[in-house]
Amino acid sequence: MKKILIVDDEPNIVMSLEYAFKKKDFEVFIARDGTEALEIAEREIPDLILLDVMMPQMDGYETLKKIRESENLDHTKVVFLSAKSKEKDIEKGLKMGADGYMTKPFSIKKIISDVEEMIT
Amino acid sequence: MSNYLVGLIIVMYLAMLFVLAYFAEKKPRGKWTNNPYVYTLSLAVYCTAWTYYGSVGIASRSGISFLAIYLGPVISFPLWIVVMKKVIRISKQHKISSIADFISMRYGNNRFLGALVTVTCLLAIIPYISLQLKAVSETFSLISSENSYVSKGFLDDSTFYIALLIAVFVAFYGTRSTDTSQHKKGIIATVAFESILKLVFFLAIGIYVTFYLFDGTTDLYNQASMKANFSQLTSLGGLENGFNWLFTICLSFFAIFLLPRQFHVAVVENDNENYLKKAIWLFPLYLLLFNVFVIFIAWAGNIRLPEAVNPDYYSLLLPLQQNNQGFVLMVFIGGFTAVISMIVVSTLALSTMVSNNIVIPYGFIKKLVEGNPEENAKRIKNLRRLAIFLLIIFAYFFYVNFSAQLSLFSIGLISFVIIAQLAPSFFLGLTWRRGTARGTEIGILVGLAVVFYTLLLPIISQVMMPNVKLVEEVLFGYSWLKPAQLFGLDYLTPESNAFLWSMSLNTLSFVGFSLRAKGNYRERNYAEMFVNHANYENLQEGAFVWKGEAYVADIKRLLSRFLGEARTNRALRIFNKKHNISDTEERADARLINFSEKLLTGSIGSASAKILLASVSKETPISLVEVLNILEESKETKANNKLLLEKSEQLTAMAHQLKEANEELLFQDRQKDEFLDTVAHELKTPITSIKAASEVLEDDDMPSELRRQFLENISRDTDRLDTLIHNILDLEKLSDNKTELDIKKRKINKTIKKALKGVEQIAAKKQVAIHFKEKENVEVPFDEDRLLQVLTNLLSNSLKFTEPHIGTIKIYLEDGDKALRVSVEDNGRGIPVEDQAYIFDKFYQSKNQNTKKPQGSGLGLAICKKIVEGHKGSIWVDKGFKKGARLVFELPKSRNGT
Repeated sequence: MKKILIVDDEPNIVMSLEYAFKKKDFEVFIARDGTEALEIAEREIPDLILLDVMMPQMDGYETLKKIRESENLDHTKVVFLSAKSKEKDIEKGLKMGADGYMTKPFSIKKIISDVEEMIT
Repeated sequence: MSNYLVGLIIVMYLAMLFVLAYFAEKKPRGKWTNNPYVYTLSLAVYCTAWTYYGSVGIASRSGISFLAIYLGPVISFPLWIVVMKKVIRISKQHKISSIADFISMRYGNNRFLGALVTVTCLLAIIPYISLQLKAVSETFSLISSENSYVSKGFLDDSTFYIALLIAVFVAFYGTRSTDTSQHKKGIIATVAFESILKLVFFLAIGIYVTFYLFDGTTDLYNQASMKANFSQLTSLGGLENGFNWLFTICLSFFAIFLLPRQFHVAVVENDNENYLKKAIWLFPLYLLLFNVFVIFIAWAGNIRLPEAVNPDYYSLLLPLQQNNQGFVLMVFIGGFTAVISMIVVSTLALSTMVSNNIVIPYGFIKKLVEGNPEENAKRIKNLRRLAIFLLIIFAYFFYVNFSAQLSLFSIGLISFVIIAQLAPSFFLGLTWRRGTARGTEIGILVGLAVVFYTLLLPIISQVMMPNVKLVEEVLFGYSWLKPAQLFGLDYLTPESNAFLWSMSLNTLSFVGFSLRAKGNYRERNYAEMFVNHANYENLQEGAFVWKGEAYVADIKRLLSRFLGEARTNRALRIFNKKHNISDTEERADARLINFSEKLLTGSIGSASAKILLASVSKETPISLVEVLNILEESKETKANNKLLLEKSEQLTAMAHQLKEANEELLFQDRQKDEFLDTVAHELKTPITSIKAASEVLEDDDMPSELRRQFLENISRDTDRLDTLIHNILDLEKLSDNKTELDIKKRKINKTIKKALKGVEQIAAKKQVAIHFKEKENVEVPFDEDRLLQVLTNLLSNSLKFTEPHIGTIKIYLEDGDKALRVSVEDNGRGIPVEDQAYIFDKFYQSKNQNTKKPQGSGLGLAICKKIVEGHKGSIWVDKGFKKGARLVFELPKSRNGT
């Protein structure tokens, strides 16, 4: 079973994503901020992390940097989820080493198909 | 010896220095030029012709008092590990290239102050250089055979040409790079070499006199003790003379830090602060060695030479009497090296100060902005070269007109007294935050005025108007105004007298004016950086108080003018990499402004760098709040809490008004975009949530319990969107002053009760108690609906952040003469200090919200603020309240505001 970690501080959004991914037989983990995300990621070594950019305390960029520094997470893919939709923002996200960038509001179906394509 | 032979030797000696400097410059990182010994030897530029000749003169007339000049530095040296280390670190970080830069930077990069310090240094050092020229000229005439020769003007005076040669040397090796903070290895190498020469030669003549002309120290002592004034020469004098000792030690203590040449070799040219560890014992040792034979040469001179000769030159006259040409020449060269190294380093330091602190910031700057990099570099270099020549020529004419009447020792002391005027601002500036630019300027000016009156005026009048006896006569008939014996202290030497009064009045003015009015935010920011240096990185990188706008492209253009395209690009690339900033970033932040200021400081001085950067950036001076935050962070300030808190509250209110005015302006243009961006983001979050939920709901197999949950989420997010949109529109309306406030005199009691009624239910549900201390019949003009909105908002916030059952909310009224103050306080978790300044900003989200999202729109307090301000009142957080949160707002009692 593929493992996915969803990191977002909006509980309603997380709830929908969790339901949809579980339905597709993913093992789903949830974190509400960057610190928690790193903790879970180191423990579970997920195949992919969906990472919100604007979060309190440690933001998405910072979290990604830490993920990339970790040797355990070499094979983990990271996709940013963000309401920042300007070309400049997307470029910045990808430049920082994200494997994908999804703008909010997103289509759950599209996310699932993209994720499946990335990790199978 | 013939004039020409001596001249030839001088020229050959200078040529050798050129070669030495050339090799040192060729290998700037070589082991030979980069070590603590060269550093220590370069510090020995302290020993000039004054030491070499003047000490003997003083020792022959007044005994061991010459030692005071060396005791100051020796006492100060253990302090170097603390003070100098700090000064060196600060100077490296700011690319400081002179004492003028250092002091002006400490007091907020003040242009006038930089110029004032430079002028002070010029006043002190030009006579000092002339003292050196006097020594060269007088020793030259002593050893050359044509004693009958009298110069008729400067064109056939050999001293003039020697001065010119030295100027060429400094101009050549001192201005190779426009960046004055770059090290000048060639010059330092020659200075270190000369320090060895002068010491060795002086020791040699000492040994020659003591052991060759006499039979050792005992013999000398026995013979000298037969002289009439011997007991006076070997005693310390009484208590009164003790004061003279004390003041002279103080003077030399200050001089070792403040003399431009000492600052230059000790700070600007320092490669490695670890060199200090060696220097603190080696340098005192050097001074000790230099002084071992002074007293013996002085005694020998008193015994052997006739009374009429100038005792300053005993070391030269003794071998001359024996007709020992080798020793004569050696002593002469030794003195000459002492002269050269002093003049070289002094003019180098002064020319930098003149160009960076006077000429460029006052007037030359416009020209530089227009020029291209090569032209600018050339202009700056030529400017410095011109300054070097002018300084030396000026010193020459000073020597011709004034030096004849004074001994080497007294000219030196005058210089020390003048330079000591920088001591209060320098030393207190490193330890005392409150010092201000205004205080410094007044302190230095007052000090200089006192020095002029007590020390220079008598000398000038003696030279200009020999018939008027100002020193003896009593000015305006008041005997206590007598320049050399101010307030009737008649046992002090003129220098000690001048030092005592100038220093006291200088320090008093400095402290007094600094306490009277606080400096601006820039001064206080630098004060914090200099005083609390351990916290430097923090302040420099994070909390540096600069708010404004600038574009990277403008800054880049500016830097290229001075550094050239390639260097600018490289510097910016490194900077971006270090701070993780994208190369495509258009806006410059405080860090870049700082960084650029430092880069430019090396070339054109800090004041000019500040002016230039200000020309491409729009600074918004609303940073008092930030300054206060910085101050609060430091523990010491926290200790003074009570007074500071009171003051800070007043300042916060003031800063508030400033902020209001600024926000209004900024809102017009760029801020609007930023606001729209945030609005878009805030709107997208609930939309994302609704969209995701509705997609998930397409699944027919979903259990009905979960389905209800999702539908509830959609409903709640829709409400959230609705509130958000409503609040945004409300805020916009208030900002554009589109809404007319219905302000009428009303009873505040009634409105507060209405607001309480509105939140009654929620409070009851959460079991939070609300107390309201009523005040009957208090009337103020306000718009009732809007004020209800404010009160409801504050109350709901308090309800949100208090715990059930134990939560208490209190409302107070304070009825003042001009305004009514309403406080809403709770015993909840409170507002973190770092958030207090921002909670009234739109969409500001505290970093300490744990993981729970705020339930509000992020606009509630921003709206409250707009409403209160619409009433010409103000709203703020009470920082002194620690048991929870206390928000306070004030409404003016008259309609026209307070």
